[in-house]
Amino acid sequence: MSPMMLVLSLLLSAAMIGVAVMAVWPARSTAVAVLAAGAVSLMASIMFLVLAAPDVAMTEAAIGSGLTTFLFFFVLGRVRSGKDD
Amino acid sequence: MTKHMITFLLLLGIGAIFADLLTGFSADQNLNASAEFYATHTVSDTGAANIVTAIIVTFRGLDTLGEVTVLFLTAAIVALVLSGDMAGGFQVKPRRWPVGELLETGTRLLVPLIALFGAYVFINGHLTPGGGFQGGAILASAMLLMLLADPTRRFAHKTIARIESVSGLFYVFIGVLGLALAGGFLDNRILPLGDFGSLLSAGAIPLIYVLIGLKVGAEFSSIMTSLSESEDV
Repeated sequence: MSPMMLVLSLLLSAAMIGVAVMAVWPARSTAVAVLAAGAVSLMASIMFLVLAAPDVAMTEAAIGSGLTTFLFFFVLGRVRSGKDD
Repeated sequence: MTKHMITFLLLLGIGAIFADLLTGFSADQNLNASAEFYATHTVSDTGAANIVTAIIVTFRGLDTLGEVTVLFLTAAIVALVLSGDMAGGFQVKPRRWPVGELLETGTRLLVPLIALFGAYVFINGHLTPGGGFQGGAILASAMLLMLLADPTRRFAHKTIARIESVSGLFYVFIGVLGLALAGGFLDNRILPLGDFGSLLSAGAIPLIYVLIGLKVGAEFSSIMTSLSESEDV
């Protein structure tokens, strides 16, 4: 791994930890937590690309950060609309 | 407070396990026996340029069939649970949130492109990164974008179910054909291997990937339509 790639992956890991902490921080709203979880997946997919696994990166980007994030929002909207009825 | 402490201690424990794994890690200098076999035999046996996807649908084809079955079961259970919810549900008039011009116009532009990209990914599964699962998920995200732009939109459940079951049926049929004509279940050599690296090469792999892509796309779409339709019961 070249030094530039090493720096890139270290930065990515640091950002991932930061966003993951943001996702579980108690005072945050659920919507922010869901978005942060999606961002972790997106960065994980870049990480997979750096680690020469483009197939896994594609799956992670499409399912981890795309579909699950929106699935959470669908369910969140349903739970919310149930609450104030 | 105790709950937080327990969570924190659990996280600390997991962190210790991972730290131990990390310090004990040393990269292998040589491939192990099975990796060696795959690395040397895949290209000559399957004729596919992308070794990873070739292994997934030929040597490990049965596992892929199992994964697709798990996904099918998930979609079926989601539909079952949510449709029961709908039948016993009460009637509330559906509320419409304003969607916004940006999303509506953007959807009209992006949906064909995303669907085309999904099809490209699974048709080229044996040549470029990606394959049936990834392509199917990308197809489903095009459907998701349409649902986001217009939450009241309804898709034909029957068409989705038919695409799903027909592609599943043909997938197993190709597998059995491999048993009869070539070396075993899901062997891709029932069709000629063709020129290495061209679109119509690697035997049955492109065919299998198109079927997996359609099946996975239909399954994810069915999960999403079930969820979104249960929203306005």
